[in-house]
Amino acid sequence: MAQLAWLVPLFPLASYAVLAFRGRALGERAPYVAIGAMALSALLGWGAFLEQVAGAPPYVWRAVWAVGGERTLTVGYTVDPLSSITVAMITLVGGLIFVYSVGYMRGDPYYARFFAFLSLFCAGMLTMVLANSFLLMLIGWEIIGLCSYLLIGFYFRRRSANMAQMKAFLTTRVGDTLMLVGIMALFWQFGTVDYHAIFEAVREGGESASAVVRLGGWEVPLATLSALLVFGGPVGKSGQFPLHVWLPDAMEGPTPVSALIHAATMVAAGVYLVGRAYPLFFYTPHHEALAVVAWVGTLTALLAALMALAQDDIKRVLAYSTISQLGFMMAGLGVLGYAAGLFHLLTHAFFKALLFLAAGSVIHAVGTNNIKEMGGLRRFLPVTFWTFLAGFLALAGVFPFAGFWSKDEILLEAYHHAPAVYALLSATAFLTALYMSRLVAYTFFGTYRGPAHPEPDPWTPEDYARAGLHAPHHGHGTPHESPRVMTGPLVALAVGSLVVGFVGIPGTGPEGGSWIHHFLKFEGFKEAGIHAPSFSWPLALRSLGVALAGIAVAWLVYGLRAVPSERIRAWVGPVYPFLRNRMYIDALYGWVFVRGGLLLAAGLRWFDVHVVDGLVNLVGGVTVVTSRLHRLFDTYVVDGLVNLVGWVTRGLGLLLRPLQTGRAYNYILVAAAGLGLIVLVSLWRL
Amino acid sequence: MIGPAHYLGVSALLFGLGLYGVLTRRNAVAILMGIELMLNAANINFVAFTKFVDPTFVRGHVAALIVITLAACEAVVGLALVINAYRHLETVNVDQVNLMKG
Amino acid sequence: MNAEALAFYALAAMVLVGGFLVVQSRNLVHAAISLVPTLLGVAGLYVLLNAEFVTAIQILIYVGAITVLILFVILLTEGATGLRVRQRNEQVPLALLVCGILVVLFLVVLLRVPWGPPTGPMPAYNPGAVGRSFLMPYVLAFEVTSLVILASLVGAIVVARREG
Repeated sequence: MAQLAWLVPLFPLASYAVLAFRGRALGERAPYVAIGAMALSALLGWGAFLEQVAGAPPYVWRAVWAVGGERTLTVGYTVDPLSSITVAMITLVGGLIFVYSVGYMRGDPYYARFFAFLSLFCAGMLTMVLANSFLLMLIGWEIIGLCSYLLIGFYFRRRSANMAQMKAFLTTRVGDTLMLVGIMALFWQFGTVDYHAIFEAVREGGESASAVVRLGGWEVPLATLSALLVFGGPVGKSGQFPLHVWLPDAMEGPTPVSALIHAATMVAAGVYLVGRAYPLFFYTPHHEALAVVAWVGTLTALLAALMALAQDDIKRVLAYSTISQLGFMMAGLGVLGYAAGLFHLLTHAFFKALLFLAAGSVIHAVGTNNIKEMGGLRRFLPVTFWTFLAGFLALAGVFPFAGFWSKDEILLEAYHHAPAVYALLSATAFLTALYMSRLVAYTFFGTYRGPAHPEPDPWTPEDYARAGLHAPHHGHGTPHESPRVMTGPLVALAVGSLVVGFVGIPGTGPEGGSWIHHFLKFEGFKEAGIHAPSFSWPLALRSLGVALAGIAVAWLVYGLRAVPSERIRAWVGPVYPFLRNRMYIDALYGWVFVRGGLLLAAGLRWFDVHVVDGLVNLVGGVTVVTSRLHRLFDTYVVDGLVNLVGWVTRGLGLLLRPLQTGRAYNYILVAAAGLGLIVLVSLWRL
Repeated sequence: MIGPAHYLGVSALLFGLGLYGVLTRRNAVAILMGIELMLNAANINFVAFTKFVDPTFVRGHVAALIVITLAACEAVVGLALVINAYRHLETVNVDQVNLMKG
Repeated sequence: MNAEALAFYALAAMVLVGGFLVVQSRNLVHAAISLVPTLLGVAGLYVLLNAEFVTAIQILIYVGAITVLILFVILLTEGATGLRVRQRNEQVPLALLVCGILVVLFLVVLLRVPWGPPTGPMPAYNPGAVGRSFLMPYVLAFEVTSLVILASLVGAIVVARREG
C-alpha cells in the first residue's frame, strides 16, 4: 500500500481538474466526483495507515528533480506513522465534510466550483503531509494557502468576504515568507531540502549543523535561527499569536470550509509541520527552539480563550477556540510532548469538525450566526444538539471523550517539563469549558429568540439565473432539523469524538503506556534520556475537575442566571470591551500596516509625480533648449549629431519614464542589461 | 588545439545575435527565430561542457535534448498564437498587439 | 592548423554568418532560410563535440521541423511580413549597445576561467549513454517533458483552430 501512496493526493487533484473543466455540465452530480476521489484516497490512505499499524517499516521514495553542481533537489514522499495517521485523519474527516457539504451547499449557484476548490485543497494538504522534503511540502503548503483564499472568499459578492480573504492571505504570507527564508537557510546550510538528510545532519551535530551566524554582535546558531524561521510558517498557518488575526475573519467562508480548513486540516498543517520537523527544533542547544514553540503556543491558547469569552458569533467563538486549541498543540509539542501534541491534533480534528458542522446545521436552521438570537434549539434540532454536545464535552475535556485523553497528555507533559506552562494551560482549560458552556447555553437552552437580522443571501438573482436555479425563499418560521445527508456526518463525527481518544488510554500500548505513544514516538527522546511521564490519576482528576468547574460556573451564570452576565460585565469594567474587540490587535495592525502601507504608497506616488516626472520633464526641457540653441548650428552639422542627441534623450526618457511601457521588448532589454550587470559584479569578485 | 573557450566563444556570439534579434524585431515570428538562436547558443554550452568538464553521465546531452524538445513545443505554441493573432488583428507586430493594454 | 581546428573555424563562421543574416535580413523569408546554415553549423559543432545523438536530433527537429514550421507561418502571414512593413523597433541602438557589452562580458568571463581536465572519459556509445541517463536518473525530467509536449500539442491545436 505504501508504494501506492503517491496516488493519494492525485485522486483529489484529478477530481479538481474534472470539476474545474466540466463542473457546470455535471451540475448536481459534481459532489459524486469529489466524494468518489476522496473515497479512493481514503482507501489507499487507510491501507497505508493500517500497514504502519501492523508494524511495517517506514517507506520513502525519492527521485531527482534538479541537479545543480554539488546540490541535488529531490522530490518524493514518505509513509511513516506520523504521515500515515495524518493522511487517515484527513481523508476520513475530509470525506465526511464533503458528504455534509452535499446538503449544506445544495442550491448554491456555484455548487461545482465549491467542490472543485475543496478537492484541490485536499490534494494540497495530502501532498504537504506525504512530502519528504521541505520543497514539496512548500508546494502543498502554498496550494493550501491558495485554496483557503479562494474558499474564504467563496461568497465573492460580499465585501466582508473579500476583505477576509485578503486579510487571511496577507497575514499568512508574513509567516510563509519567514518560512521560505528558513528553508533557504537550511538549503544553504545543509545543501539539501530532504527531511531525512537534514534531520540526520542535525542529530549528528556535525560541522554544518553547528554553524553560527553573527547578528549584530550576537552569535546565533544557524540551526536555531532556521528552525525559528521555519516556525514562522506554522505561526501564520496555524493562527498562532501574533499572526492569529486572520482566522476569526476566515469564518466568512461557507461553514463546511470553516470545518475542513479552519478547524480540522489546514490549520493543523502548521502543527503537523512542527511535528514533522521536530528534530530541527529538538536538536537546538538546550531545546531553545522548542521553548519558543511552547511559549508561543501557551500564550496563544490563553489569549484566544479569553477572547472567545466575549464573542457572540457562533462561528467566531469556535474560531477562537480553534486558535486556542492549536496553541495547546504547539505548547504540547514545545514541552517535549511529541506524541501528546500530535494526538491532540488528531482528536481535535474530529471534535472541532463536528462542532463546526453542527454549528453549520444550526445556522442553516436559524439563518443567523448570532448566539444571542438563538436559544432553545435543543427542541428543534435534536440530532444537532446531541452531536454538538458530544463535541462540546470532547473540547472541554470531559471523561471519557477524546479531548480528555489528549488534553490530559499535554497537561501531564507540561506538568513534568514546564510547570509555568502547566499553570497557564490549566487556566486555559478552565476558560475553554467556560466559553463553550456559554455557547451551548445561549444556543440550545432557554427560549427561542429568533433572528433580528437574518443573514442576507450571498448571491444575486443573476447568479441563480445563470446557474439555472431559483433563488431560495428565506422565510424562516420555526427552525427545522437538517436533512439526513448533513446529520449523518455529524453522528459519525460524534462517534469519532468519543472513540478516537481511546487510543490514548494508558495500558493500550506496551509497558503500560498508551498505544498512540507507542505509535508516534520520537527516537531522539530515548537517546537524550527523556522519559515520557506516566499517567497519573491525581493530575487527570485535577484537569477533569477544572473542566467541570468551568462548566459549573457557566451553568450558574448563563443557565440558572444566578449571577447574570450583565452584572459580571459591569464588574469587570473595560475588560469586556477589550476582549470583545480582540484586544485591539486587529485595530493595531490596521493602523500600523494597512494605513502605514497606504501612506508609504502615497509617499512613493508623490515621489513619482514630483521627482521622477520632474526629472524627465527637466531632461526634456533641457533638450528643447539645447536643440533651439543648436538650430542655427544644425544646418552646418551633420544630421548624425542631432540624431545622437535625440537618441540619448529618448534613451534617457525610456529609462527614466515610469517604466510601464507595456512593451515586452523594453522589459527584455532591461532584463538583458541587468544580466550584464550581474555578470559584471561577479567578474569583480572573480 | 580547440578548447572549451572556443566553443563558448561561438556560443556567446550566437547568443548576442539572438538577443539582438529578440530585442529589435517587431515581427513575432522573427522574435521566435531570435529565441531559437539563443537556445542553440545555450545548447552549444551544454554539449561543450559535457565533453570538456563532466562527460561521465552525458548530463549535458540530456539537458540539450530537453531544451530542443521544449524549443519545439515553444515554437509550435508560439506560432499557433501568431496565426491566431494574425487572423484576428491582421498584424503580427508585437508593438501593435495591445488589446490588453489598459 | 589541424583538421579539427579547420572544421571548427569553418563551422563557427557558418553559424555566425547565418545567425547574422537571421537577425539582419529585411526579408523575413531570407531570415528564415538563413536559419538552416546556422542550425546545421551548430549540428556540425555537436559532431566535433562527440555528441552524435544530439546532432541527429538537432537536424531532425531544428533543421527539419522548426525551420519549415517558421517558413510556413511567414508565408501564411504574408500581409504582415511583407517588405513594405517596418521590421525594426525603435530601440536598435540601445539593443546593440547592451548586446555588445553582454557579449564582451561573456568573452571576458570565459577567457578568465581556468579550464581543468574533464572528470572522466566520454562514454563509448553515445545514444546508449543518453538513453540510460534519461531512463535512470532523469526519468522524472523525461516524463515531465513529455507532459509538456502533450500540453503544447493540445494547446496549439486549440489556439490555432479556426472557430466554427
